[in-house]
Amino acid sequence: MRAQNRNAGVRLAAGLLALVACMAAADGSWLKHVPAKDRARVNPYAGQADAIAAGAKLFEDHCSPCHGADALGRGKRPSLRSERVQQATDGEIAWLLKNGNLAKGMPSWSAIPEPSRWQVIAYLKSLGENEAAPLASAHSTSSQPSTPDRPDNDKSK
Amino acid sequence: MISRSCWRRILSERGRGTSVHALLGILALVGPALGLAPRARAQEPEYFVTYSHDMEEPGNLEVEFHGDAASPKYGNPFGSATVEFEYGLKGWWTTEFYLSGQATGNDSAVFNGFRWENRFRPLLREHFINPVLYAEYENLNEADRSLLEITGHDGVQNYVVPNGIGRAITERSLETKLILGSNFKGWNLSENFIAEKDLNESEPWEFGYAIGVSRPLALAASPNPCTFCRENFAAGLELYGGLGDANGFGWKGTSQYLGPIVAFSIPHGPTVAFSPNFGLNDNSLKVLYRVKVSYEFQQFFRSVKDVLR
Repeated sequence: MRAQNRNAGVRLAAGLLALVACMAAADGSWLKHVPAKDRARVNPYAGQADAIAAGAKLFEDHCSPCHGADALGRGKRPSLRSERVQQATDGEIAWLLKNGNLAKGMPSWSAIPEPSRWQVIAYLKSLGENEAAPLASAHSTSSQPSTPDRPDNDKSK
Repeated sequence: MISRSCWRRILSERGRGTSVHALLGILALVGPALGLAPRARAQEPEYFVTYSHDMEEPGNLEVEFHGDAASPKYGNPFGSATVEFEYGLKGWWTTEFYLSGQATGNDSAVFNGFRWENRFRPLLREHFINPVLYAEYENLNEADRSLLEITGHDGVQNYVVPNGIGRAITERSLETKLILGSNFKGWNLSENFIAEKDLNESEPWEFGYAIGVSRPLALAASPNPCTFCRENFAAGLELYGGLGDANGFGWKGTSQYLGPIVAFSIPHGPTVAFSPNFGLNDNSLKVLYRVKVSYEFQQFFRSVKDVLR
């Protein structure tokens, strides 16, 4: 009887630990580690249709297996259309993509060149918080006209 | 002196069938599962010998075929094949299992054995230089021609030993590496320092190094779906070789190689890379051709679970 109770206790403790780990994975605690100068960085591609289309391609390649093709998250992997992510500054997301959150399962994407990471951020920000909104696909957004004030993409190549 | 035909007879009688069956068994088990998971290109630089600090993403399985071929000056031409299974256990921990075999002209084809390595990233943030600790257990016979690392006084003399002799000697060794890597403005620069110890014999620690630099041809992705866009290509350069052993550290009696790398990532498909490696001294093979094909199966076990549900 005592052994059974002990086993139940161990299972309960393991369950609680898993729950805490799960909550910690999506608690946005990484935000408080972002240095001020990174936080203030601005996405040079923000709002540009070409960058959003390119970001959609990159998102499909690298992000969607964990966060879902709709970016709403899968299992323990958080939604990227949540208020927390959508309200984060471009610089904060850029910092997370570069550094990852290795202890909590988010890899570092520093091997992807910085201009490409900004493109992903442009795409993420284009999703907005409206979870019912259709996602921009690489094909459909590429046909959108470019904004006239976009900087020359080639300078970063 | 044992004749070549005698070596062939020994080989056909001893264990070759077992090795082939083992390989086929593994392929039969893993093959169907591989078809279930979504595939994508890997993000890490496509080096052949050098490791970068980029870890496998947690839950992703990368399967890689790595082949090399060369024709030693006083030996028979050979081709070697290694199949690698790399899995991201954690963001900071990657494990990899290798199976190697080779075929030598006018000789035979043999299974060489396995390697199992683990890589750990002690610093969880991105820094200008990022260290990774690497530990590998090798169980390979001396007919191995995979040349996945060069240590000690490895040289061209190792590649002229008949397979029948080489396969009879199994070397169990521990290999450690300090991997240092940097990603800066699209460039990757990686340096590996290798220390290897033969666990069978009381040989001294052997040392080696590898340095790699690479960059994609475009840093920003193009907005349209495309196969031959510049961002799908990468170019690089690798320099690697032995550094002697604890009894004689240095370049003397070592082999050294330099090779350019070209890699092409097919969208939603494999990454293919090619590199001719040029021997830089008389102790090296004159040219060693390397090719690899890698697939990354994202969230492999979750995909398998979804299918089985």
